[in-house]
Amino acid sequence: MSAYIAHYLVMVGVYGILAISLNLLVGYSGIFSMAHAAVYGIGAYASAIVALNLGMGFWGGLVVAGATGALASALIAIPSLRVAGDYYIVASFGLQTVIVTVFSEWTSLTNGHAGLPGIPRPNLAGWQIDTPFEYVGLAVVLTAFTYLVCRRITHSAFGRVLQAIRDDEIAAQAMGRNVVRVKIVVAIVSSALGALGGSLYAHYITYVNPSSFQLHESIFIMSLVILGGSERLAGPLVGAFILLAIPEALKFLAIPDSVAAPMRQIFYGALLVAFMFLRPEGILGREKAKVKS
Amino acid sequence: MTPLLSLRDLSKSFGGIQAVRGCSFDVAPGLITGLIGPNGAGKTTVFNMITGFLSPDTGSIRFRGEELRGLAPHQIERRGVARTFQHLRLWQKMTVLENVIVGCRTPLGENVLALFLRAGAVAAEEAVAREHAMQVLEFFGLADRAGELAESLAYPEQKLLSMARIYASPAEVLLLDEPTSGLDSEWLRRLVPIVRRLTESGKTVLLIEHNMELVAELSDEVVFLHQGEVISRGKPAEITGDPALNEIYFGV
Repeated sequence: MSAYIAHYLVMVGVYGILAISLNLLVGYSGIFSMAHAAVYGIGAYASAIVALNLGMGFWGGLVVAGATGALASALIAIPSLRVAGDYYIVASFGLQTVIVTVFSEWTSLTNGHAGLPGIPRPNLAGWQIDTPFEYVGLAVVLTAFTYLVCRRITHSAFGRVLQAIRDDEIAAQAMGRNVVRVKIVVAIVSSALGALGGSLYAHYITYVNPSSFQLHESIFIMSLVILGGSERLAGPLVGAFILLAIPEALKFLAIPDSVAAPMRQIFYGALLVAFMFLRPEGILGREKAKVKS
Repeated sequence: MTPLLSLRDLSKSFGGIQAVRGCSFDVAPGLITGLIGPNGAGKTTVFNMITGFLSPDTGSIRFRGEELRGLAPHQIERRGVARTFQHLRLWQKMTVLENVIVGCRTPLGENVLALFLRAGAVAAEEAVAREHAMQVLEFFGLADRAGELAESLAYPEQKLLSMARIYASPAEVLLLDEPTSGLDSEWLRRLVPIVRRLTESGKTVLLIEHNMELVAELSDEVVFLHQGEVISRGKPAEITGDPALNEIYFGV
């Protein structure tokens, strides 16, 4: 395995965590969020700041990242989901904008556009993570953790209620479910898990700045979910494998760099439109019709 | 007998239309009360007010003496008053069994922290709910369809499923919105005895019925609603035998 492929796999891990956690909202709850890049950034900045300022280790930073991500989404979920699910799109868009502004303007904490360099590489109980290959191991562990947490949640009574709310919200209320509360819990869990992706990213690249967490990142993460398939837990992970491979594949075509970046954007856009028409259920498709006895 | 559910002076208007005016009646425990009246009499509006989907302009709704007015729909179900819908509102993409399990109480399995911290207790609770749901499906004659998607059931079976879902709930009062509408005589023969037996396990039923003959078969007591007002209450025979009411109902 070359370092090149290792780098690709770590990034698949980062985006896999982001997309799987976003899908808990989008696919399993029918709530659209434009703030997952903000959540990603919050995870990255929170763990970077506690590592640089307080000398906190990787696991501690991970917990702080998750808690901060949860808090940020609670701030918008509690007021907006009370009104109606659709307001969350608008509120999350607001959160996305505000958070990126905080990253670039709260210079005493975030160092503004210059960003925060020198984030320490993780040391996990004596195991120093240095090489890309070691990072792949860490990425696998965190992605698996995110996947398993989401699986536990979706394959439970809670997941059943989520599906009931998505199918018919009024019926779920009539059956005694506090729909607003359930949606708020999902939004919080989704953000807490998404922030882990940010934490992994910060400790891998060892540098964060606001440009990595802009609105187009939110849209990119959403396209991983839609392309991979929002009806399956593994769908977004498949989306990450494929969409992150595309720019690498484009490198093999002799396209000048100045053209490659806009080309990539056009390619993503075309791919999304094509999927909407040809395979709206995403690459992985739907779960087989359930037959249980 | 003290009433389980008592409505006093309920009113509701939509714009200039007074859908329900000064509606008062009681639902006695352990009995089936039929709410009957011509189209537009306000029957479903009364249901929507009892279950918190509409808020009354005036009046009170007491369940076991506690005021339900002002509570949200989910709180009212938790207090013990559950309902079906005229348009069923099944979870079409979920299995028949899953539809009924959501009727059961699974507080641990719906607590995200408990899923991770109390996995054993969650599994035990799920097993109990599953078994209860299967018993309910057997009661409604749907046990052999448990694994199928709700949308794959025929309409009369979907109707049974919508009742099974609230029967699985611990709620004591079941509000059935037109349980027999749209069924042919063969299905009616199958469904009427099932409705009659709902009270066997201690449930109390309030149902909306369109058919004057069926309401006599289905209910122990009948409330006749006309233009949003209760104009008569009594035993089914008294109501269905009253020429004045028949005239209102059939317009003859």
